[in-house]
Amino acid sequence: MTDALFWHRLQFGFTVTYHYLFPQLTMGLALVIVILQWKAWRDSDDRYSRAALFWGKIFALNFALGVVTGIPMEFQFGTNWARFSRLTGSVIGQTLAMEGMFAFFLESSVLGLFLYGGKRLAPAGRFATAALLFLGSWLSGYFIIATNAFMQHPVGHSVSSDGTFQLEAFWTFLLNPWALWEYAHNMTASITTAAFVVAAVGAGYLLIERHREQAELDLRIGVTLGVIACLLQLFPTGDRQGKLLAEYQPVTLAAMEGLFETGPNAPLALIGQPDLTTRTLQNPIVVPGVLSFLAYGTFGTTVHGLSEVPRQNWPDNVELLYYAYHVMVGIGTALIVTMALAALALWRGFLFRSRSLLWILLLAWPFPYIATTAGWMTAELGRQPWLVYGLLRTSAGSSAQVTSGDALFTLIGFCGLYLVLGVLFLALVGRELAHGPDEHAAASSAALSPEVA
Amino acid sequence: MIAFWYAITAVAVAVYVALDGFDFGAGIIAPFVARSESERAAVLEAIGPFWNGNEVWLLAGGGTLLMAFPVAFAAGFSGLYLPLSILLWLLILRGMSMELRSHVDNQLWRTFWDRLLTLVSLLIAIIFGAALGIVIRGVPIDASGQFLLGLFGGSGGGVLNPYTVLVGVVAAVLLAQHGAQFLAWRADGLVQVRSLHLARAMLPGSVFLMMAAAVATAFVQPPLWSAMLSRPLAWPLVAGAAVSVAICGYGNWSRRPGAAFAGSALTLVFILAASAAGEFPVLLRSTVGPQFNIEAAGAAAGPHSLFAASVWWPLGLVLAAAYTTTLFRVFRRASV
Repeated sequence: MTDALFWHRLQFGFTVTYHYLFPQLTMGLALVIVILQWKAWRDSDDRYSRAALFWGKIFALNFALGVVTGIPMEFQFGTNWARFSRLTGSVIGQTLAMEGMFAFFLESSVLGLFLYGGKRLAPAGRFATAALLFLGSWLSGYFIIATNAFMQHPVGHSVSSDGTFQLEAFWTFLLNPWALWEYAHNMTASITTAAFVVAAVGAGYLLIERHREQAELDLRIGVTLGVIACLLQLFPTGDRQGKLLAEYQPVTLAAMEGLFETGPNAPLALIGQPDLTTRTLQNPIVVPGVLSFLAYGTFGTTVHGLSEVPRQNWPDNVELLYYAYHVMVGIGTALIVTMALAALALWRGFLFRSRSLLWILLLAWPFPYIATTAGWMTAELGRQPWLVYGLLRTSAGSSAQVTSGDALFTLIGFCGLYLVLGVLFLALVGRELAHGPDEHAAASSAALSPEVA
Repeated sequence: MIAFWYAITAVAVAVYVALDGFDFGAGIIAPFVARSESERAAVLEAIGPFWNGNEVWLLAGGGTLLMAFPVAFAAGFSGLYLPLSILLWLLILRGMSMELRSHVDNQLWRTFWDRLLTLVSLLIAIIFGAALGIVIRGVPIDASGQFLLGLFGGSGGGVLNPYTVLVGVVAAVLLAQHGAQFLAWRADGLVQVRSLHLARAMLPGSVFLMMAAAVATAFVQPPLWSAMLSRPLAWPLVAGAAVSVAICGYGNWSRRPGAAFAGSALTLVFILAASAAGEFPVLLRSTVGPQFNIEAAGAAAGPHSLFAASVWWPLGLVLAAAYTTTLFRVFRRASV
C-alpha cells in the first residue's frame, strides 16, 4: 500500500506541476493585458491594442491548456485521495466549490467574449473584458491558495472523534493569514513569469530586428513589471513566508536550511548537501546568524534544528526539499539582478542597443518557471509528512482500495497525453511568435475565431 | 438543510447536462449537419463561446458534491477510478479539439480535430449516461463504505452492463437531439436547416428511447419508481418532462427553434430531477445490501459548512446565471 501511496503522490505532483505551468503565465499576463488595454483605450494608441491582441493569442493558448489540465485536479481529490476528501471535504470543498461558482463562471464567460467577441467591442469594452478576466483568474488563484493554506496551516475548523474535519469559522478559514502571504508571494511570482516572458519576446524580436516598435513596448512593460515583482518576491512576501514557517513549521524550515542542530546564531546555508546519515551539512558555505535574523529578526535567536524532532515527523524527503528551496532562492536572486540591470539600462536609455543584455533577457524566461516550480516543491515537500499539517498524515489520505497498478496506469496515461499536449502547445506558440504582432494587426482578430475561410 | 443540498447537487448536475450536453450533441452530429469547411467552422463558432462556461458546471457540481457530501464524493470517485480517469482524458481531448483547431489553417489539421471532437463527444455522452445508470443500478459498497468497480464483469457487474450501456446509448441519442436543437436555433444557413431536419427526424426515436430507459429502470431498480410515485412533489417533475417534450416538438414544427431548444433542455433537467426525487435520500446505492447505501444524512458535511455554503452558493448561482444570459445575448445580437 505504501507503494500505491508513492504513485498517488507522484501523479498528483506531476499533474499539478504541469497544470501550473499555464496559470502562472496567464495570471500574470492578464495583468499585462489589462495595462495594455488601458493604454489603448485612454491614449487611443494603436501600438497598445496591437500588443494586446498579440498577447491575447498567447494568453488564449495558455488558458486553454490551463483549463484542460485543470479539470483533472479537482477530480483527483476523489479518485486518488478519497480518504482525504472524506475527512476534510466539508472544509476544503468550500473553497474548491467557490472557485467554480465565483471565479470559473466569470472567467469562462468573459473568455468567450474575449476570444470570440473582440472584433465587436469598443476599446472601453476590451479594457473591461480584460479587467474581468484578470479578476476571474486572480480570484481563482486565491481559492486554490486558501485551500492549500488550510493544508499548510489549518484554521477555522474542528476535528471530531472519528477524524472528520468540520468547518467552524468560515471567515477565519477563508482569510487564513497563511493564505494571504502565500497568495501575495505566489501572485508576484506569476507576474515575474509573465514579465520575463514578455521581455524575452521583445528582446528576441529586437535581436533579429523585427517588429521593432512592438518589441520596445514589450521590453518596457516587461522590465518595469519584472523589477517590481522580483523585489516583492523577496520582500515582503518571501520574508513573511519564512517567518510564518519559523513560527508554525519549524521542522520544515530546519530541513529547508539543512539545519540539524538547535542553537543561537543559526547560519544560512548558501551551498552544501544535507547528509541524513551523519546529520550534517556536507561541503557547506554558510553565513552565521543570518538564518536567526531572517526567521526571528535578531541574530542571536535560537533556531530549532531537525535533531530536536522525532524522525517520523521530519519531511520525508529532506534532500529534495533542501535542493528545491535553494534552487528557488538562488534563481530568485539571479532574477532580481537580471531585472535590476535591465531596468537600469532601460532608464539610462541603452537597453534596446545592448545586445548582451537583450541576449540575457531572451534566455532568462525559463528560469521563473523553474523557480516557481521549485517554490511549490518547497511548500509541498515541506508540508510532509502531513496532508493537513499536524493533523492528518499523507499516508492516511490516499484512496485505500485503488491499487498501485491502477495509479501507475493512470500516471502513465497522463504522462503520455501531457507529452502530446506539450508538443502541440510549443508548436502553436512557436507559430504565433513567428507570425509576430504586426501580422496580427493586418489579419485583425479574424484568425482567432474559427470562421477563417 | 440536507434535503436542500441534495436538491442543489442534483440541480447542478442537471444544469451541467443541459448545458454541456448541447456541446457534446453538436460535436456528435457535426459530421451530419456540416459538410464544407465553413459549415464545420460555423458549428464551432456556435458552441465555441459557451463550452468552457458549460464545463464549469461540472467543476462547480463536483466541488459542491465534495463540500456538501464528502463521503459520497470520496467513495464514488475512487470506486469508479478507471472509468473516471478515462473520462478525464476524454474531457481533455474534447477541450483540445475545440481550442486548437482554429489555430492552424490547414485542411488535414482541422479535419483531424473535427473527427476527434465527434468521437470524444460521443464517448463522453455514453460514459455520462452509463454513470447515471451506475448511480441508479447501484455499486458494490460493503461494510468498509467503499467499492472498486471494474470496467465490465467482475464483482458488482462492472461499469458496463446491459442496463448502463442502454442508458449510455440513450444519453448519447438524447444529447445528439439536444445538440441538433441548439444548432437549429443558433447556427445559420444550411447547418441550421439540416439541424432542424435532423432534430425533427430524431425526436420520435428519442422519445421512444427515453420511455425504454424508463421501463428498464423500473425493472432494474423498482424502488426508484415506487419512491418517485409516492412523493407528490416529484409528480410535477415527471409531468414537466412530458410537457417539455411537447414544447420541443411544437417548437420544431412551428419553426420556433428557441422554444424547441428550451423544451429539449428542460426535458433533460426534468428527467434528471425526477430521477433524483426517486433516489432521495440515497446518494450511492449498494448492490451488496441496503444497509450499506450511502445516504444524504450520513454523507453530509457538518451544519456550519452547509450553512456557510447556503449563503454563498445562491449568490454564485445568480452571478453565473447573469454571465450566461449576457453571453447568450451578446452572441445572439452578433449573429443577426
